[in-house]
Amino acid sequence: MANAADAHAHDDHGDHYPGFFSRWFCSTNHKDIGTVYMFVSMFAALVGGGMSWFMRLELAEPGLQYLTGGAPDMQFYNVLLTAHGFLMVFFVVMPALIGGFGNWFVPLMIGAPDMAFPRMNNISLWLLIAGLALLLISAFVGSGVGTGWTVYPPLSSSIYHPGAAVDFGILSLHLAGASSILGAINFIVTIFNMRAPGMTLHKMPLFVWSILVTAFLLLLALPVLAGALTMLLTDRNFGTAFFDPAAGGDPVLWQHLFWFFGHPEVYIIILPAFGLISQIVSTFSKKPVFGYLGMAYAMVAIGVVGFVVWAHHMYTVGLDVDTRAYFTAATLVIAVPTGVKIFSWLATMWGGSIEFKTPMLYAFGFIFLFVMGGVTGVTLANSSADLVFHDTYFVVAHFHYVMAIAAIFAMFAGWYYWIGKMSGKQYNETLGKIQFWMFFVGVNILFFPQHFAGLAGMPRRIPDYPDAYAGWNYVSSVGALITAVGTMLFFWILYRTYAAGTKAEQNPWGEGATTLEWHVPSPAPFHTFEDQPDMSGKQPAE
Amino acid sequence: MSAVKSHPYHIVNPSPWPFLSSVFAFAMAIAAIMYMHGSTYVPMVGFLIALIACSILWWRDVIIEARNGHDHTDEVRHGLRMGMLLFIVSEVMFFFAFFWAYFNAAIPAISFVASPTWPPEGIVALPTWDLPFLNTLILLTSGVTVTYAHHAIRLGDNKRAATGILLTVILGLLFTACQALEYSHATFGFKDGIYSSTFYLATGFHGFHVIVGTIFLTVCYFRTLKDHWTPESHVGFEAAAWYWHFVDVVWLFLFTAIYWWGGPI
Repeated sequence: MANAADAHAHDDHGDHYPGFFSRWFCSTNHKDIGTVYMFVSMFAALVGGGMSWFMRLELAEPGLQYLTGGAPDMQFYNVLLTAHGFLMVFFVVMPALIGGFGNWFVPLMIGAPDMAFPRMNNISLWLLIAGLALLLISAFVGSGVGTGWTVYPPLSSSIYHPGAAVDFGILSLHLAGASSILGAINFIVTIFNMRAPGMTLHKMPLFVWSILVTAFLLLLALPVLAGALTMLLTDRNFGTAFFDPAAGGDPVLWQHLFWFFGHPEVYIIILPAFGLISQIVSTFSKKPVFGYLGMAYAMVAIGVVGFVVWAHHMYTVGLDVDTRAYFTAATLVIAVPTGVKIFSWLATMWGGSIEFKTPMLYAFGFIFLFVMGGVTGVTLANSSADLVFHDTYFVVAHFHYVMAIAAIFAMFAGWYYWIGKMSGKQYNETLGKIQFWMFFVGVNILFFPQHFAGLAGMPRRIPDYPDAYAGWNYVSSVGALITAVGTMLFFWILYRTYAAGTKAEQNPWGEGATTLEWHVPSPAPFHTFEDQPDMSGKQPAE
Repeated sequence: MSAVKSHPYHIVNPSPWPFLSSVFAFAMAIAAIMYMHGSTYVPMVGFLIALIACSILWWRDVIIEARNGHDHTDEVRHGLRMGMLLFIVSEVMFFFAFFWAYFNAAIPAISFVASPTWPPEGIVALPTWDLPFLNTLILLTSGVTVTYAHHAIRLGDNKRAATGILLTVILGLLFTACQALEYSHATFGFKDGIYSSTFYLATGFHGFHVIVGTIFLTVCYFRTLKDHWTPESHVGFEAAAWYWHFVDVVWLFLFTAIYWWGGPI
């Protein structure tokens, strides 16, 4: 596989860069668009992450200290936790894993010269930035959006949020949703239509598989959110009654529609992480992934089953017992394909020649965190147990482990893995490892005690709590501080890499890195694969 | 851009339209919120016009590229068709949400109850077999005319194709007119509870899609007059025809579920 691509690497005449405005604002280049996505994500991470540190500051001890705006409703705290959720889900993780790494590496890994629809690729980026701007504005309009990221009516209705802030939030998600749908179409067509000759679907790298499944989830789930948001908008502004029981509407309808989108959404976040971790585990174990086809179809299975489990987020709204029994059973089924993934990663490492570079450390971290969150997920999937756990910090700990921090670990893993290819500069390995350990220790001290607080009954989404919860909350806030320092160190490493990084080789990882992106120079030239490599007769890219 | 390429795909030059469209979408969102909170609608309409202008210029570029003879290869056209199909799938899921809202309200009031309370008290539902049924016939007929046009293009007869498309556009306009007439005769308004909400949002969004499809076909009509199609290559028309069939099928579901099953008792 290497020779076909290497032979052509030198006749890439692709380094004629357009002017500044043309290159960064009117781009039709998957690499440049991916790079902007990465920086948008980092900006949103600083804002959204900063908000969570302010919340941990407030929660460090009982009583109301800092975030007392909007008392006695504590609207300001609610605005922070809402914006934190929106930012992290829609503007940090999705832009980095799908927009950033997806854009950069899907075409490279399948030997395609670019994305299928380069202009549509750019409108995906800019609609996302427009959505981000609307979301940030919403925090400064009236008293802000204090609904939580789930935007349940009646709290989000005009009775309790009369100002324009929630409308800003709704239209922000409309634009971000349009961005994602267009991006999803682009990825699906690119993967189905532009693979190098001989690269059958069953030879695609698992990261490409993960983006393919994710794109289908986006395509099917986001329009449903768009429909629900439209109904909320007309309820608020044009007098319809979708969610107003006084006129025959039903607030639980919102929860069904929201979670029919919302549950696939959490897989949208974690599936690209799965793909990435598979590449990294294989590279640094110097072995192909164990059970390649099983890994690919486990993701397909997770995607399919992910559409029929949504009501496990709604066990306490008064669903009848049969419905809850079904959603419990269906949810537990997901543990099977997820188990396939975990054990295949372990089997890939088994007997491998493992090299503990920073990306591999982060892959280990990901597997640990994901298993932790997965185990509490099995607990929460049981409707009878969830009646007690619902809306406690146990849930907060669960989803931060399983999707939030796990996805952030995958982002870090991907950044360290691919920064040489993206920038042409290699990061400092020692600093990378220090950053990993700070982050790993930090997030565990931050989130592990929240299980205990939650089991003891501490409710989520509150700025104050009884003294009984003081101990674990203090520990948790110390963890937040360590995580914050770890994050700052990451931005230092980022700066040092661009300013003074050593020159990255074409393939810095050696024999384990077999996928096509390691057969083009570092940094990857403006245009790659003007001649597509012939992949017929080759092994699966893993 | 670059000197040699041996692959069949289209490497697109930088374009201002995606960025400008996003800027206008952002501005329109803010103007829409100001309008919803009591301000004038003029800026919103202004930005909408700017957005439409961007779209027109963008599609103009695409048509120029399609006509230059080397950018839209078989593979690129295959990708465009796939993209349109996926877009229609996402539209189906958008309507899925409105149907969910409708059935969430209607099923408990119709099924498994001794005396149905749907339409709710005080709502006089529109008679199923009057305008709604006529509209069904209009849309089904338009499906025939658009298919006639498609066959004509496949046979290289763009003259007949133009006639077929023109008939489809006229039927589309007729449908929109009937729908407007129906709305003006309805005894329930937009704000009259859950029945009105689901009825107007579902049929209204469908009507909006009919208008979009009609515009799409109108563009195709003029492209047919200019002989833009060959029997092998007519992606623009295929996309319009698929979109039109999609709008047609959504209507069949609306008619069956809202006008008939949930219609007058």
